[in-house]
Amino acid sequence: MVFDLTEEQRMIQETAREFARKEVLPKAAELDENSRFPEELIRQMAELGFMGIAVPEEYGGAGMDNVCYAIAMEEISRACASTGVIMSVNNSLACDPILKFGSEEIKREYLVPMASGKRLGCFGLTEPGAGSDAGSQKTSAVRDGDFYVVNGTKNFITNAPQADTCVLFTMTDKAKSHKGITAFVVDMKGKGVSLGKHEKKMGIRASATSSIVFEDVRVPAKNRLGNEGDGFKVAMNTLDGGRIGIAAQAIGIARASLEDALAYSKDRKQFGQAICEFQAIQWMLADIATEIDAARLLTWRAAWMKDSKMRHSKESSMAKLYASEVAMRAAVKGVQIHGGYGYINEYPAERHFRDAKITEIYEGTSEIQRLVIAAALLKG
Amino acid sequence: MDFHLTDEQRQVEEMVRGLSRKEFGPRAAQVDEESRYPVENHRRLAELGLLGMLYPATFGGSEADPVSYAIALREVAGGCASTGVGMAVTNMTGEAIFRFGSDAQRCRYLPMLSGGKGAGAFALTEPGAGSDAGGLSTFAREDADGYVLDGSKAFITNGAHACVTIVMALTRKSPRKISAFLVEPGTPGFSVGKSEHKMGIKGSDTVSLSFEECRVPKSSMLGAPGEGLKIALSALDGGRIGIASQAIGIARSALSTATEYARDRRQFGQAIGEFQAIQWKLADAATELDAAQLLVFRAASLKGKGLTYSREASMAKLFATEAGNRACHAAVQVLGGYGYIREYPVERHLRDIRVTTIYEGTSEIQRLVISRSLVGQA
Repeated sequence: MVFDLTEEQRMIQETAREFARKEVLPKAAELDENSRFPEELIRQMAELGFMGIAVPEEYGGAGMDNVCYAIAMEEISRACASTGVIMSVNNSLACDPILKFGSEEIKREYLVPMASGKRLGCFGLTEPGAGSDAGSQKTSAVRDGDFYVVNGTKNFITNAPQADTCVLFTMTDKAKSHKGITAFVVDMKGKGVSLGKHEKKMGIRASATSSIVFEDVRVPAKNRLGNEGDGFKVAMNTLDGGRIGIAAQAIGIARASLEDALAYSKDRKQFGQAICEFQAIQWMLADIATEIDAARLLTWRAAWMKDSKMRHSKESSMAKLYASEVAMRAAVKGVQIHGGYGYINEYPAERHFRDAKITEIYEGTSEIQRLVIAAALLKG
Repeated sequence: MDFHLTDEQRQVEEMVRGLSRKEFGPRAAQVDEESRYPVENHRRLAELGLLGMLYPATFGGSEADPVSYAIALREVAGGCASTGVGMAVTNMTGEAIFRFGSDAQRCRYLPMLSGGKGAGAFALTEPGAGSDAGGLSTFAREDADGYVLDGSKAFITNGAHACVTIVMALTRKSPRKISAFLVEPGTPGFSVGKSEHKMGIKGSDTVSLSFEECRVPKSSMLGAPGEGLKIALSALDGGRIGIASQAIGIARSALSTATEYARDRRQFGQAIGEFQAIQWKLADAATELDAAQLLVFRAASLKGKGLTYSREASMAKLFATEAGNRACHAAVQVLGGYGYIREYPVERHLRDIRVTTIYEGTSEIQRLVISRSLVGQA
């Protein structure tokens, strides 16, 4: 049992914290206000190796471990949750499945530019009718010689408007239900691919979310990840890693809520003293701080298990469930400590509140995480 | 970052789990029923080196690392929470004597404690000084031959079975100075009062102590004059790791009973574990207990490295005991009517775990410690 960070982990923490404080934080309010995609930050993060942290260097990544990934995600999200999710989707949902399931040729063609941050990736699993029930895919892929012809619509796809590459899930054999799902790497600039509705969201507004429409899109058979029917496995395996990223994002948001509320409570005077002198405020601060530490340990444990090639579905779900609910509680308390100032956008507390909510929903709702955990417990 | 247990930690886990399941668990219902101090459990703990885990073999200890200690305590409490708290306080007493005691004190008391000659007790709380521990009023008057203690202590765990009790008393009233004394049973003027009737941990010995013209030699002082509060707070930092582990042990047992029950119990034509209402409770309890365990291991690991860990110990104790209470509540609910009767152990678990958010610093005191360290930060 060793809780110390390695030299590398400490280094990325420092680098990410410094970058987040200097470059990301000053822009966060403006990015949110204008729902502006932070292109310049993504470029800078690419230079730091943050777009493919756990991808080996030979494939364009930074060649670090998943604990490093969680650490960097927390720091970036502490400053701007939107920038955090853009990074997380590229790392976990686009790079990771190609690294794990793609052929050497596909890795060279798609993974190298994404992991190095020259191109951006997205993950096409959700459909208008397939949310938590991800197995009920309607997007179809029909084999035609060396190609598959893809038709269907994906929605709520993070990064879609800026993405060059999509890890796409399709149904190749409807009769087999979730065992008939097949995953592909699809070029977003290809013929027949178009963007649908651009969503206006409660929070993480600087991250772009839209639907993608596929009309007779011809995808080379070599772009398939794994075999036909492996898609559900690819998706679940990918989400086990993705949940570590979102858990870390949630911790970053929770920390932002805590650190901002703490600073405010020391400055703000009522009844003749700083409000941090009141137990009502101290209790909120103590509970948030304790829960954040607990969430971080769960998240690092899951990341460490992934690095150690251990099964970590249950542990990733625990980390994601717990961290996201902590983020929401922390944001609620953060607003409360600020009182009226927590409700106006002069202070960042209201943004943290709006940003925190999504972490309980995407990459598996809290309810789906509880299903995963309970199934693992009851199986014994 | 490495979450593996070391070989030593794994061995401790296996050995103590085996002992607890085979011997302590099966006796726990009867110990509770009869409110009986399980002296045979105490003996077994001594035989296996579990009563002096935090000091070296030269003094009869087994010098385990604090993570191993946390694991051992969790496993003991998982079988019998009363035995767990007795073990925790004996270890805490021994550790304080090792850290602050003279060589003569170490040589006299530490082998007795680890050898199971008696338990160790820690007398800080008084009828009028609970969370406000500094407000104690037991007084130690110094004269040419030593000190004369007067006052009373309340809620003292292991008090009637202790071979040595650390007693905190004022040695000066203004400005207030608190000092620590090592008092042996049979010392004239020292008497053990009534045994409390408690909601849970009924097999643990909880008594009041009174001191009337109780004369102790100068050599019985632990540490230097005026060091009492420092000794107490330092012991409590470690003690909190113990109580947090106790809570996790109790709650894990409750969760495991509830999980098994949810698999077997059928209603509406299916196992109740198939219902999301039940799954949610199990998932939340398991997640929180894992988080609690990691907080405890982190605090223990900091302690093992000789670093400051007050805030982390308070976080671990606050979180583990609150989460443990929630888990035991959920377990009773999963078992329904069967959770409320003594045929199943979860009603005992719920009664036993209730005290963990109270003793060795209430949850409110932990939050004070944590928030002070936060607000003090730049």
